[in-house]
Amino acid sequence: MRISVKKLAICGVLSALALVLGYLEHLVPLPIGIYGIKLGLANLAVIVPLYLVGAPAAIAINTVRILLSSLLFGNTVSLWYSLAGAALSITAMLALKATDKFSAMGISICGGITHNIGQMIVAVILVDNLKIAFYLPVLLISGALTGAIIGACALPIIKNKYLIKLCS
Amino acid sequence: MKKTDIILLVSVVLVAAVTLTLTYILLSGKGEVVVVTVDGEEYARLPLDEDTQLTITSKNGTNVLIIKDGEAYISEASCPDKICVSTGKADEVKSIVCLPNRVTVRVESE
Repeated sequence: MRISVKKLAICGVLSALALVLGYLEHLVPLPIGIYGIKLGLANLAVIVPLYLVGAPAAIAINTVRILLSSLLFGNTVSLWYSLAGAALSITAMLALKATDKFSAMGISICGGITHNIGQMIVAVILVDNLKIAFYLPVLLISGALTGAIIGACALPIIKNKYLIKLCS
Repeated sequence: MKKTDIILLVSVVLVAAVTLTLTYILLSGKGEVVVVTVDGEEYARLPLDEDTQLTITSKNGTNVLIIKDGEAYISEASCPDKICVSTGKADEVKSIVCLPNRVTVRVESE
């Protein structure tokens, strides 16, 4: 597989952006007071390349982001949570995008939800208590809401003519 | 935003509602026991979903434990301060303690 220098540079910039967005969110948590709910700003830097650069780029950017942010700010446990959430959400988003029936909004919502479900699965395995499933409805709704917000942010970006030209 | 997006959103809310009710029915109030200890030793172990009444007698006095509608509380106590009575119902986080009679009541899940 040949990657053009331009694409590689774009991937690098977007990876850095994803990392910073994730860190920003880590610094300024949402004042909701429910554990485990965040906006998922970093997901913005995954959905945008998914549309503008392509699926392999989106996967690469997300993987780089998770490995770097776990190395810099997290630990092994947080790495597993992030990896599970990201793997599940990116698979679901790719599958949904392949159907070509959803807009970036629907894909972002799906990403938000599946990310939460992935983390939930790891939590059930690690804590070994099915009672955590009590938390599932909260995570579903919050994932849908934050996904919708991120989707609303992504829509104008992926329609921007200048950016489309830049990434093509 | 397409129509399918809205369908997705609605179905997610539906699934959330269903799982909420399911987990509520399946996991709540099931297999919970009320554990009574006197002087640090287990005195009685009663299921939370059966309505009963138990008079706990210890060296120093008595406490009357009531289990009703899935709730456990102390209705009467021989001690002067009645803190155990005013504590209200016990749950998995909050236990009832009567220091003068050295009695504790807590709820555990099996």
